Amino acid sequence: MANTNAQPALRIENLRKTYRGGIEALRGVSIEVARGEFFALLGPNGAGKTTLIGIVASLVNKSAGSIHVFGKNADEDPAGVRSQIGLVPQEVNFNLWERVIDIIVNQAGYYGIPRREALERSERYLHQLDLWKYRNTNARALSGGFKRRLMVARALVHNPPLLILDEPTAGVDIELRRSMWVFLQQLNAEGVTIILTTHYLEEAESLCRKIAIIQHGRISEQGDMHELLESLRMETFVLDLARPLSETPPLEDFALRRIDDATLELDMCRGQNINDAFAQLSAAGVQVRSLRNKSNRLEEIFMRLVEEERNASRTHAS
Amino acid sequence: MHLERTRANWVGFSTIVVKEIRRILRIWVQTVVPPVIQMTLYFLIFGSVIGSRVGKMNGYDYMTYIAPGLIMMSVITNSYTNVVSSFFGAKFSRYVEELMISPLANASILLGYMAGGMFRGLLVGAIVTLVAALFTNLPIAHPWVIVTTALLTSAMFSVGGFLNALFAKKFDDVTIIPTFVLTPLVYLGGVFYSIALLPPIWQHVTRVDPLLYMIDTLRYGFLGVSDIALTEAYAIMVGFLVLLFALALWLLRRGTGLKS
Repeated sequence: MANTNAQPALRIENLRKTYRGGIEALRGVSIEVARGEFFALLGPNGAGKTTLIGIVASLVNKSAGSIHVFGKNADEDPAGVRSQIGLVPQEVNFNLWERVIDIIVNQAGYYGIPRREALERSERYLHQLDLWKYRNTNARALSGGFKRRLMVARALVHNPPLLILDEPTAGVDIELRRSMWVFLQQLNAEGVTIILTTHYLEEAESLCRKIAIIQHGRISEQGDMHELLESLRMETFVLDLARPLSETPPLEDFALRRIDDATLELDMCRGQNINDAFAQLSAAGVQVRSLRNKSNRLEEIFMRLVEEERNASRTHAS
Repeated sequence: MHLERTRANWVGFSTIVVKEIRRILRIWVQTVVPPVIQMTLYFLIFGSVIGSRVGKMNGYDYMTYIAPGLIMMSVITNSYTNVVSSFFGAKFSRYVEELMISPLANASILLGYMAGGMFRGLLVGAIVTLVAALFTNLPIAHPWVIVTTALLTSAMFSVGGFLNALFAKKFDDVTIIPTFVLTPLVYLGGVFYSIALLPPIWQHVTRVDPLLYMIDTLRYGFLGVSDIALTEAYAIMVGFLVLLFALALWLLRRGTGLKS
């Protein structure tokens, strides 16, 4: 038997996935994530990130390749592999009509944790994620940010040594995103290996030490975060629009996000040409008034204001 | 290690069962009341109003004769409906993924949902039996036949509901089988008449309907009269249950209807 302590947290070899209809989502992906690592998996929409995570978490059937989690082969010991993984999916996937506490306790039950222990663990994680006050609330009544926290608590209830988060902070406000970062960093410091996919590059940059970039179902870059960012020169541009827009126009090969009616964010990797993006935007009838590099100064100011407000209310309360 | 896994699978199984039972009892107005009202109307209309003009059937009042069939009809439809709606709901809203990512054995998942379906089927069946007792003096000839037939039938149709949910892609698919397959088979399975009344050729055709064996066996349990041999009926019930259970497990393992 292999010495599991010497094995990486996750080893994926030549993973392939072809969907019915012939779409090749993964074309031979190989990744190794060391124990205790904070690993970012980046890539534009449709690159294959969610398919990759789905296969590792047993939600999608692979076409070929192998997966080992802490030395256990997913084909030979699927239950052993699943018990090592906690998954926070991109979309809400709990029963919205159930109470928060029941969602966590039931999930613990599926991992074989007896009810008494499940209740203790649920209390701990609901406190840590500031959800305890909502424990008897139906999940549908939670805000979007708290729904994501609930999915994190649910993913942790069986104390998995490997936590996979698929865009955990998409669509949540800055304060919540920052508090999630702090929580994830604490977990990682306690020894949990974390794999994160995100569209927020500053999130990956500030949290992760290792990174892999997936494009068109293949790993295009893999290695140390700082070295890669330096070589990639990945940049985010903020586009101010001349006319308001109700939907994000589809752009091939570019990650584009609609921030509000008049603002878009465009991620550009090394080798990509901004003229291509503008040509596609122009063809979609989008008129750009001005363009600027994205910076985090506004986030910092906002966070400082939130902190000041919170400190003031604490002082007032005491 | 093996013992640990078995214990974990038991905890997972009981989690699903408790969750399902709580769901059924929480929405009792939707799960328990409608079938009881429906069966009460059957007793009133077919048993009391029309039945009094029909006369005896196999030596029993018409009301008494149809009571076991109506009880079985409740068990079948409620076991089936419970699992198909609950599991398809989990699939549609994607919280079935909670089970799929867990180390829980496929058999535990299937048995858990089956137990939920059986609970509802047997609960409604028991209430309908009490309703029947209000309308007629229902004898109990062979209690063990009643218990085993009800258990086997509810288990079988719970697996049937599970299979339907696996293949269903939209809510319409959940109602197609109960409406176009289950209901005709129940009605043609001798709920309201003895198959001995049919012309010989139709008696043979009716024997293809598996529901006939369940309805008839339950009737034997209550009244002690039957159109079918008991061993034949049990062989068919157990055979179908094993076949459907094995099929559902195989499909779960393949991820049919769940994994792309």
